[in-house]
Amino acid sequence: MEPQPTTQFSAIDLDCYRGDEVLFSRLSFDLVPGDVLQIAGENGSGKTSLLRILCGLSLPDEGEVCWNGQSIRKNRTDFFSDLVYLSHQNGIKDELTALENLEIDSLIGSTNRAMTPEQALQKLDLESRTNIFCRSLSAGQKRRVGLARLLIRKAKLWLIDEPVNALDPKGRCAVENIIRNHSQMGGITIYTTHFPLELEGCPHRTVSLSE
Amino acid sequence: MNQASLPHIFLTLLRRDLLLTARSRNEWLNPVLFFIIVVSLFPLAIGPETNTLKTIAPGIIWVSALLATLLSLDGLFRSDFIDGTLEQLLLSPHSMSVLVLAKTLAHWLATGLPLILLSPLLAIFMHIPLDTIPLLMLTLLLGTPVLSLIGAIGAALTVGLRRGGVLISLLVLPLYIPVLIFAANAVATHAMGLSVESHLSLLGALLFLSLALAPWATASALRISLE
Repeated sequence: MEPQPTTQFSAIDLDCYRGDEVLFSRLSFDLVPGDVLQIAGENGSGKTSLLRILCGLSLPDEGEVCWNGQSIRKNRTDFFSDLVYLSHQNGIKDELTALENLEIDSLIGSTNRAMTPEQALQKLDLESRTNIFCRSLSAGQKRRVGLARLLIRKAKLWLIDEPVNALDPKGRCAVENIIRNHSQMGGITIYTTHFPLELEGCPHRTVSLSE
Repeated sequence: MNQASLPHIFLTLLRRDLLLTARSRNEWLNPVLFFIIVVSLFPLAIGPETNTLKTIAPGIIWVSALLATLLSLDGLFRSDFIDGTLEQLLLSPHSMSVLVLAKTLAHWLATGLPLILLSPLLAIFMHIPLDTIPLLMLTLLLGTPVLSLIGAIGAALTVGLRRGGVLISLLVLPLYIPVLIFAANAVATHAMGLSVESHLSLLGALLFLSLALAPWATASALRISLE
């Protein structure tokens, strides 16, 4: 698939304060299709705050986030249908099975499907757990269910908070493959972590928040 | 697969919430039990004197229904907030008001509807005349959805707070009072043999007003709470 040169995600002069403390100020970056951006920083340095600002859940104290050249606050519907945000909570219901969770999520969350929930769970080695209540899954397995959302929704922009949290080396490898694939298809990924993922072949950059 | 339509999404979320309620029984059983217990304690405390009971019964049933709803409000968005699904709802490209309306309807079906269905039984306990019971049910049918809709605003505003329960009551109770007055009065007025049309019209108006405005207010409140 040829990447569309118009698709672009940019943060312009973002400021964020927590009380009197400055978490980051004048933070800017531009991303073109295929880019992967790591947000690095110590605990409490504002990684998650930045991610929440980038996805539109919080407002920056100063600055603007733009998708396709338009402020995300002005074209929320377009932006949200191009976006998958995965927070450190997985956004899955304990009382539902993995399959039910993903079926509902893919309907509510976004527009087109890239694959069915069954296929996504298979890709993340969860095919034997599809009909078990998420309550009885392990932390790593829950994380995989959350990650499956990335595969199901056909979104151009992925924002992932600690993608490999609770995952074993095999899971970590799967995540790296998924992100690499996404990048090759012209998608943009922004993720937070202390340790960069191994993503050779992708235009990979790092923004560091701790000064 | 093509873009899902809004009614389809509404029904999906409604079904999800009802499924969740069915799977965690305590949540919807609590308010219903509370309703039954409070109402049935009154005849015991006041004594089985028919006339006294008959006069105060509509008020008691309505106050209990109101408190039972209040009791259930805190859970409306709380669990979604904790497990992160609320964020996902807010990031949906679909209209948040519609999603909120689906959640509110699910809340009403789980708490308001059981109260309506139980009310005839409790009315008989309280010696309410048989011909007044349909009216009592009608006021509950018009009034309890208003309680859920307005309550959702309060629940949305307090969802980010650790102990929002008391605050919800303070926020929401003043808005509940018109419903309580018109509904309980309607039943009392009917017992006196007067027309209750105006009461019912006002209740209906309150229902449509809150149906039009509350989901929108709740959606905005959720955005603020999660910021």
